[in-house]
Amino acid sequence: MTASILVIADHNNEQLNAATLNTLQAAVELKAKTGSPITVLVAGAQCEAVAQQAAAVSVVDKVVLIEDDALSSQLAESVAPAVITLTNAATYSHILCAATTFGKDLLPRVAALLDVSQISEIIEVVDADTFVRPIYAGNALATIKSSDAIKVLTVRGTAFDAVAATGGAAEQSRFSVSNSNEMSRFVSEEKTLSERPDLTSAAIIISGGRGMQSGDNFPMLEKVADKLGAAVGASRAAVDAGFVSNDMQVGQTGKIVAPDLYIAVGISGAIQHLAGMKDSKVIVAINKDVEAPIFGVADYGLVADLFEAVPELEQTLS
Amino acid sequence: MKVLVAIKRVVDANVKIRVKPDNSGVDLANVKMAINPFCEIAVEEAIRLKEKGIASEVLVVSVGDDRCQEQLRTALALGADRAVQIKTDVAVESLGVAKLLNAIVTKEECGLVILGKQSIDSDNNQTGQMLAAIGNMPQGTFASEIEFEEGEVRVTREVDGGLQKVSLALPAVITTDLRLNEPRFASLPNIMKAKRKPLEVLSPEGLNVDVTPRLTTVSVVSPSERQAGVIVSSVAELVEKLKTEAGVL
Repeated sequence: MTASILVIADHNNEQLNAATLNTLQAAVELKAKTGSPITVLVAGAQCEAVAQQAAAVSVVDKVVLIEDDALSSQLAESVAPAVITLTNAATYSHILCAATTFGKDLLPRVAALLDVSQISEIIEVVDADTFVRPIYAGNALATIKSSDAIKVLTVRGTAFDAVAATGGAAEQSRFSVSNSNEMSRFVSEEKTLSERPDLTSAAIIISGGRGMQSGDNFPMLEKVADKLGAAVGASRAAVDAGFVSNDMQVGQTGKIVAPDLYIAVGISGAIQHLAGMKDSKVIVAINKDVEAPIFGVADYGLVADLFEAVPELEQTLS
Repeated sequence: MKVLVAIKRVVDANVKIRVKPDNSGVDLANVKMAINPFCEIAVEEAIRLKEKGIASEVLVVSVGDDRCQEQLRTALALGADRAVQIKTDVAVESLGVAKLLNAIVTKEECGLVILGKQSIDSDNNQTGQMLAAIGNMPQGTFASEIEFEEGEVRVTREVDGGLQKVSLALPAVITTDLRLNEPRFASLPNIMKAKRKPLEVLSPEGLNVDVTPRLTTVSVVSPSERQAGVIVSSVAELVEKLKTEAGVL
């Protein structure tokens, strides 16, 4: 039996997470190098709808569904043993998952149980066992070759185009596991209720830095964000100064983002910050200091007082 | 409860790194080094647990050559009680580090392990999860809050789009996210005191752990540099260019 490429679906028991479509593109590139078919694993509870969605994805050859009430919250402690049981029953050359918090949490646990090293956040498939990944927050790119029998990889979504979600009719099967997880339990989940998109998935981000002077001035950015359907971020300087909370921080120790458009307002462009946003497609900088390093990476720079330019920007977008 | 904290010596977050001209790696000669920021948060959390009377002892561990003793001493100055260096002159992959840490967890009978969620050099985000797998422990990754109740630890996790709370049986592994705490600075008297705190040196062989690498770094290159673009004269021109030239609005 030939080995196949296993993609673990990221989903919420109802909907396939879009990041899985980007991961599948990496699987398609692996398939082109190896000729191995692509299997998607959907593990969860009452998640047959997700399996249907996965089977409809054009590039998928096979879908394996593991339904078990114990998998409803998809904790790594219960999903990882289920993946291991599956890998004992069939042969897989590669195991992939999106580098979402689900994938980042789960996959190293799977890798360790298989006694293999993981290659995290790949951005390019070189060949069946060689991959490119960013290190030092993207300030260097490493080409890594694995000698393990099974390659375990998380995939950075921004580096691969999403495959078409429709047009496929993959073979579907069920697999059952009997693992019990006595060590961890789901308590609750609190989704951020925001009209604005999440920083890591937003197509447009507008971020403020120390130049904002106070947290009270951030609503100015929010108004622009609402016009653009953008997320609002901040530099570490703005977070350290107490303007806004940590979860808005874009940078090496905050969130790494790569939107289509990144608007940096009152941000000087410290290395810390640049590391977190320099892969954005288009960067705009608004800063009154013409010497600010941010202008060195910006596609469009506007040397202006942000307290005049930002309201004007909001007006212009109306 | 004994708490183990793992720390890594990395390039200081404010240093602009350079790729070596032969593309074999990143040039670390004469570069300022520090405790990985996420590991620093792990040290801080462990010390707070001791201050609250939840932790009986804070043991800090690092895997590396003798230079990592500098970071171990810093952790001791911050308030850790005891340090262990697992001495190796070669780079150990996350899987190997997880195996080494598991050997210490077993040997020392630790009730809790706190690690940074990732190091800012290799950016792997693997060691905590791998340690949890190898030690058959639960994992609370990307933690922004930790509470203890009746033999369990409740961890608030930063997940995509919100927060998730999980309850873990002990012993457990926790990996830190940015919001967990703000690390303190070491005071001068504590830096002096740290010099006299115990620092034990062990080896992978002594712990009977095979750390043979599975991965080879073929090359390391700089990403393509972004070129500075144009300076526009007005907001109107900016919006116009974003619409027509860049096509992002």
